[in-house]
Amino acid sequence: MLKAVILIGGPQKGTRFRPLSFEVPKPLFPVAGVPMLQHHIEACAKVPNMKEILLIGFYQPNEELTRFLFNAQQEFKISIRYLQEYAALGTGGGIYHFRDQIVSGSPEAFFVLNADVCSAFPLAEMLSFQKEHGEPNSLVILGTTANRKQSMNYGCIVENEETHEVLHYVEKPSTFVSDIINCGIYLFTPDIFQHIGAVFQKNQQDMLLEEPTNGWHRAEAIRLEQDIFTALAAQGKLYVYKTLSFWSQIKSAGSAIYASRLYLNQYHTTHPERLASNKEGGPKISGKIYLNCVLGPNVSIGTGVTIGAGVRVRESVILHGATLQDHCCVLNSIVGWDSTIGKWARVEGTPSDPNPNDPFAKIDSETLFREGKLTPSITILGCNVTIPSEVIILNSIVLPHKDLNRSFKNQIIL
Amino acid sequence: MKALILVGGYGTRLRPLTLSVPKPLVDFCNKPILLHQVEALVKAGVDHVILAVSYMSDLLEIEMRVQEERLGIRISLSHEKEPLGTAGPLALARELLKVDNEPFFVLNSDVICDFPFKDLLQFHHNHGKEGTIVVTRVEEPSKYGVVVFEADSGRIHRFVEKPQVFVSNKINAGIYIFNPSMLSRIQLRPTSIEKEIFPVMAEEGQLYTMELQGFWMDIGQPKDFLTGMCMYLQSLRQHAPERLRTGPGFLGNVLVDPTAQIGENCTVGPNVTIGAGVVVEDGVRIKRCTVMKGARVRSHSWLESCIVGWSSSVGQWVRMENVTVLGEDVIVNDELYLNGANVLPHKSINESVPEPRIIM
Repeated sequence: MLKAVILIGGPQKGTRFRPLSFEVPKPLFPVAGVPMLQHHIEACAKVPNMKEILLIGFYQPNEELTRFLFNAQQEFKISIRYLQEYAALGTGGGIYHFRDQIVSGSPEAFFVLNADVCSAFPLAEMLSFQKEHGEPNSLVILGTTANRKQSMNYGCIVENEETHEVLHYVEKPSTFVSDIINCGIYLFTPDIFQHIGAVFQKNQQDMLLEEPTNGWHRAEAIRLEQDIFTALAAQGKLYVYKTLSFWSQIKSAGSAIYASRLYLNQYHTTHPERLASNKEGGPKISGKIYLNCVLGPNVSIGTGVTIGAGVRVRESVILHGATLQDHCCVLNSIVGWDSTIGKWARVEGTPSDPNPNDPFAKIDSETLFREGKLTPSITILGCNVTIPSEVIILNSIVLPHKDLNRSFKNQIIL
Repeated sequence: MKALILVGGYGTRLRPLTLSVPKPLVDFCNKPILLHQVEALVKAGVDHVILAVSYMSDLLEIEMRVQEERLGIRISLSHEKEPLGTAGPLALARELLKVDNEPFFVLNSDVICDFPFKDLLQFHHNHGKEGTIVVTRVEEPSKYGVVVFEADSGRIHRFVEKPQVFVSNKINAGIYIFNPSMLSRIQLRPTSIEKEIFPVMAEEGQLYTMELQGFWMDIGQPKDFLTGMCMYLQSLRQHAPERLRTGPGFLGNVLVDPTAQIGENCTVGPNVTIGAGVVVEDGVRIKRCTVMKGARVRSHSWLESCIVGWSSSVGQWVRMENVTVLGEDVIVNDELYLNGANVLPHKSINESVPEPRIIM
């Protein structure tokens, strides 16, 4: 039998997702109309023999997470449990800490997935690949191709082109190493815990040579990428399965819109019922919508949203309960829960999409500021923001519960 | 009576509009600028208007013939082949102006106001000296030429050009009346009337001022063109309110040509002029704008402080603001944002202009 582990992080992680992450933990932020994690869970539940999905993170138990887990179990009819780390233990430390839970029931293998990726999740293909390559019990990393320049922002994998063994792994190098990058989706066997255990022992020994403060936490904090993969390369144990299917990181709100588009495209084949029939890309449109509106492409509209006459929405996410009044125009933006956009107002952001002419280009994770100015990016309205009529909000981020009274451009509004 | 209108050259400050049409023929509140002036002169008894131009335009000549017919007056062109300044053109037209020894009006072609030609003539007769200048009060006098004069008589003491410290808030409004004898003061060469002629006349006690009542504006550049439009529409509300459009969807002073069409759920005004044959589609919000003949504004767009040139087309869900000027036949694609864009004629815009600039 098989299991899956999803690493969901905690509040200290995902700060680039503010102010949206003030309301909802990042892994639950809706992407293409459903919580980010749901795409992972759906993909795992589809794999034959999948018996259990474990979420590992360090969020305190909260209502949204509990409700989500409950609903997901009902819908997918599979055991889903949340294991809370007592501290941030890193991508390797968490699974090591809960290794007993993972190996209970003797799964032959288990997937490990990062929550903040958007992917077609070719899990069945990874399983087949694992059976055909290397010794039994080889570990598989899902890889994809990036362009030379952007590859250095990710984990880089050098492979043996015939056997697909990982010969070399380095995380975010400062010089070019390889254009094959780590997708943050792995297929492990229980053997992995021997390797992690070895690193843990070594950390503990190093710890003894230093001051004993915080020692317990630091020994247990282990990073899969730097500490495990780098060491396992070229030892005949680690393999890479390359995919051409879509993949993107979801680090910032801007990348959430891009990821939405990737999933929405997939819906044509996997979930056509989620797409609105006469408008492109909108699941569950409720509330009143007049005929003169044009919605799409790449638009997600939440429940209880009210849309007035003559409204234009493009490349945006409108979260639950928002109101868009007559003739307003929303482009490349995320409109927070219960926000209101006044008549003829224009809410516009700048897309940070990867170059469409480069098939391997990935979304840039731009810094928030560049040369002292706010980098133009997606406009984000936090929850319960009010935008008055006839103003323009361009390339700005508005924190929750704010009532604006004029136009703003290229600003963060507290 | 005669009048000389100083039309000048290419009207470069009012580009891109003047790239399609000579400045006197640019429509101001649905009527060519020149016609506002000429009609007011005709009402005051002028039967011969001389246009002093430094750039000949076929369009202007054709229009002149049409207006001659229509108004029953004579319109001549005085063409300066080399620049003659602000006084030189009077010398050039000397022969036309001296005929029958009556005083003649002179005005700058950029000026719009409640033209007080009858009062000016009366005032000029009363003091009996050689010249009268109309002055107007402005908030920022140091941008202009300031006039210092005796408040009760109107006798001018001196002129100060763009003063650094506050001297007076009355400026030269660009409207004058002179006796033909004054022409002997001007030679046919580049001459500045403010710097060389007026000071001498003032010294000799031959130059008086009359203060203008009501609005005044030099509409030679787009920002001021729009401000002048607001003033003119306000004046219409006082003198001829029936010409303004009212009703649901119209706010404040709005002038709409009878052949224009306005869609449903629009909010037009305050301070909007809509020209002949213009189509404004549903759900449009326009304020403080001039929309020239034949233009189209498509649905759900939002325009503030703009000039939309003849036959231009503004797409759906467009936002234009901050003195955006579209020349003739410009196409703005859907969903764009134009902030202070100055767009030359026949251009197609398919990218937003978030900060003011010129689009060639």
